[in-house]
Amino acid sequence: MASREPAPEHLALLEKLVGALTARGILTEADLASKKAATERASPAAGAAMVARAWVDPAFRTRLIADGTAACEEFGISLAGNPPLGVLEDTPTLHHLVVCTLCSCYPRVVLGFPPHWYKSSAYRARAVRDPRGVLAEWGTHIPAGMQIRVVDSTADYRWMVLPMRPEGTVGWGEAQLATLLGAEELVGVALPGVLAKT
Amino acid sequence: MEPAPTHHDLGGNPKYRCTAVEPTNPPLNDFDKRVDALRVVLRERGLITTDEQRLKIESLPESEYFGLSYYEKWLKAMAAVLVSRGVLTWEEVA
Repeated sequence: MASREPAPEHLALLEKLVGALTARGILTEADLASKKAATERASPAAGAAMVARAWVDPAFRTRLIADGTAACEEFGISLAGNPPLGVLEDTPTLHHLVVCTLCSCYPRVVLGFPPHWYKSSAYRARAVRDPRGVLAEWGTHIPAGMQIRVVDSTADYRWMVLPMRPEGTVGWGEAQLATLLGAEELVGVALPGVLAKT
Repeated sequence: MEPAPTHHDLGGNPKYRCTAVEPTNPPLNDFDKRVDALRVVLRERGLITTDEQRLKIESLPESEYFGLSYYEKWLKAMAAVLVSRGVLTWEEVA
């Protein structure tokens, strides 16, 4: 099911804006078409590839944690015009969860568009108050002894989680490892691996 | 002083304490994609910032903040920013 359709008055408003901006020479239909095409290509694939690299390459892992923005450049991804990317390293005693309590700030360059649930009022309100409860709704159970650190993505700094590499993946290559990673794993609401969900 | 409206910061808001997060992610429709594309172009032209956009979204009445779709709110906010900056007039977006 696609996202809810807009009210007719909002469809009309959009065309008024586009018409007025076009008349002033600020944009063209071709500009909008090229950005729309980018929308259709957006996905968490870049973030997944970076985490998979970090799982097999300790030197890259160190660089990724130290400076996510610079690590993106190694993948040919420019963050020019975007806020910097921070990477949160999960450990056996610490799990990270990312939220934008104010709206929907999200590292779009590496993860694509913020998912519907990430933008929802319930997620924004509860991720900081009851993270274990929110994670349980995804079937993600964090052991009582493991700390959860909730990090707020903002207009000025965006965050991605570097989860722990799951067991049972010895000998896997980067491409295969990347298949374990989607938006949910890279935001921290799910853990990678077939055994993570109960 | 009146308390800030609920929708200025939802972090920890007790109103949603018992609301489950629906883990769904329906694909964007054509309107959503066109609004998103427009926002990207305006940002590249230096005509809108994330903070300006959020200010205008939070300036919507609470009924619209919680009633409109995500990209309907974006659209109304963009129109308000463009008028505030003097790029367009209210008559053009009314």
